[in-house]
Amino acid sequence: MTTLAERPDVERAGPARRPSRFRSDRTAIYLLLLPSLLPILVLSVFPLLRGIYLGFTDARAGRNVEVSFTGLANYRELLGDELFWNSFKIGLLWAVGVTVLQFLLALGLALLLNQQLRFRGVARVLAVVPWAMPPVVVGILWKLVYHPDAGLLNEFFHRIGADGLRTNWLGDFSTALPAVILVGVWAGMPQTTVVLLAGLQGVGRELHEAAAVDGASTWHRFRHVTLPALAPVIVAITSLDFIWNFNSFGLVYVLTAGGPGGKTMLPMLFAYEEAFRYGNYGYAAALGNVMVVLIIALLAVYLRRRLREAN
Amino acid sequence: MFGKPSRTSRTLQYLALAGYLIFLGFPLVWLVSTAFKPPRELVRLHPTLIPSDPTVQNFVQAFTEQELGRAALNSLQVSLASAVLTVLVAMPASYALARFRSKLGTAALGWVLLSQLFPFVLLIIPIFLVLRQVGLANTHAGLVLIYVVWALPFALWMLQGFVRNIPRELEEAASVDGASRVQVLRRVVFPLLAPGLVATALFSFISAWNEFFFALVLIKTPELATLPVALARFVGIEGTARLGPLAAGSLLATLPSLIFFAFMQRRLSSGSLAGAVKG
Repeated sequence: MTTLAERPDVERAGPARRPSRFRSDRTAIYLLLLPSLLPILVLSVFPLLRGIYLGFTDARAGRNVEVSFTGLANYRELLGDELFWNSFKIGLLWAVGVTVLQFLLALGLALLLNQQLRFRGVARVLAVVPWAMPPVVVGILWKLVYHPDAGLLNEFFHRIGADGLRTNWLGDFSTALPAVILVGVWAGMPQTTVVLLAGLQGVGRELHEAAAVDGASTWHRFRHVTLPALAPVIVAITSLDFIWNFNSFGLVYVLTAGGPGGKTMLPMLFAYEEAFRYGNYGYAAALGNVMVVLIIALLAVYLRRRLREAN
Repeated sequence: MFGKPSRTSRTLQYLALAGYLIFLGFPLVWLVSTAFKPPRELVRLHPTLIPSDPTVQNFVQAFTEQELGRAALNSLQVSLASAVLTVLVAMPASYALARFRSKLGTAALGWVLLSQLFPFVLLIIPIFLVLRQVGLANTHAGLVLIYVVWALPFALWMLQGFVRNIPRELEEAASVDGASRVQVLRRVVFPLLAPGLVATALFSFISAWNEFFFALVLIKTPELATLPVALARFVGIEGTARLGPLAAGSLLATLPSLIFFAFMQRRLSSGSLAGAVKG
């Protein structure tokens, strides 16, 4: 702070007071930024670069293990690793499924919350609560809902006389992944709703009213006024949701830890197991690299298509 | 949408809203209900939505028998330290970012967005190796460091928005009146920045409080575990009667973020955060 005090403001200071104004400003800015930039460099930029590099080595857990550069060996191994491909498929199903459902449900809710409905306040509060919960607690919460004996869902099916539908939701091979996806939707919907609602409130009222006067139906107005105006927000939030979902870990770790029989083994869980159960650091890092490249590729395709639609 | 909606469309809208309320609300009600159920009600064949004989025993048990108390204390320490450190480190940098144009600032904000792309798995191994080298692996100090670094980008972005909202004219007026640079900062900028500092501290506190992955990997000693990790371990202990304390602990773990969101919502509606939101 003292450096700041000695240094005049960029735009206002009289040049006579500080001959080397330009340089001292520079120094001051760097000094102010340094406490933030240094930790980011050491504990974020450097680890990231190192992590990318590790993906091309045979690094393993342990203190005095020699690490050697192995080039593309990890990736060749990944190509032939059936468990990896399986996990990748599950990850894609999860990320796309959660993102799409999240978006559709959030859009519906945002449209409702944008109307003059009763109970809107309650819905607004409820819509934010899942966002405020730690992912681990969301996992526990839904474990209670899905619990085979003491769970809300099975009890509901019993009460409506559909005992045949009772099942061990998280333990059954066929229901585990859909059950987990539903939790992902529940957990991520609030944030998407809030963003879309903010976007909706920015859509011009005049445009809507003009369209209504011209006799456009509700659907027409939604399709031709609301949606185009909302498009940039939609692209931004769905892209972010996709990245966050693909990289999510805690929720499914608590719910199923990848089970049953690897049916919910998301790529991040798979990489975690490789790194910290089997100690294959290099292989896990290679997996991370592949994931980043795939996410970027998928996003590029998505964004390009949206851009083309916009033109 | 703005004309008078027909009765059928209104009915459909309310039905849809009811559907959303059930989907969003019932799991929460279930958590609260489970937290207040005594053991014999938990093992009952057909559980009820409202506990017939509510008890706070689960809360007591969660904190005495299950070591969640110690974990909560660990979480509190780590989160408080992260909050204070984040604010101290971010304050000067956000002032510089808001008041002076610098390519470095743009680069820093670009990094914020880019870093979202990379999975934590890629980072955790090198971070673990770095921390081990300096003797901070398996310590709260190491965890705090990581949390500060990961909260920083967003904290900088948020705080520089608050700084931008303080009219530059106020600072100029004060210095015309003869106030020194330090006085301007202390008397003008700092008081106006207080809400922003509180918001930043809360944000950092909550991200540390909720964080799971780094805590899981970096902390090996069970006595040092944070609340999310302790809760996740607790899940592994099977037995229906254990669900009560688990639900109680989960409920308490949610309280800080709920308070945070209540606080932020008021800020959001009062517009003080508008600058932070618009960037």
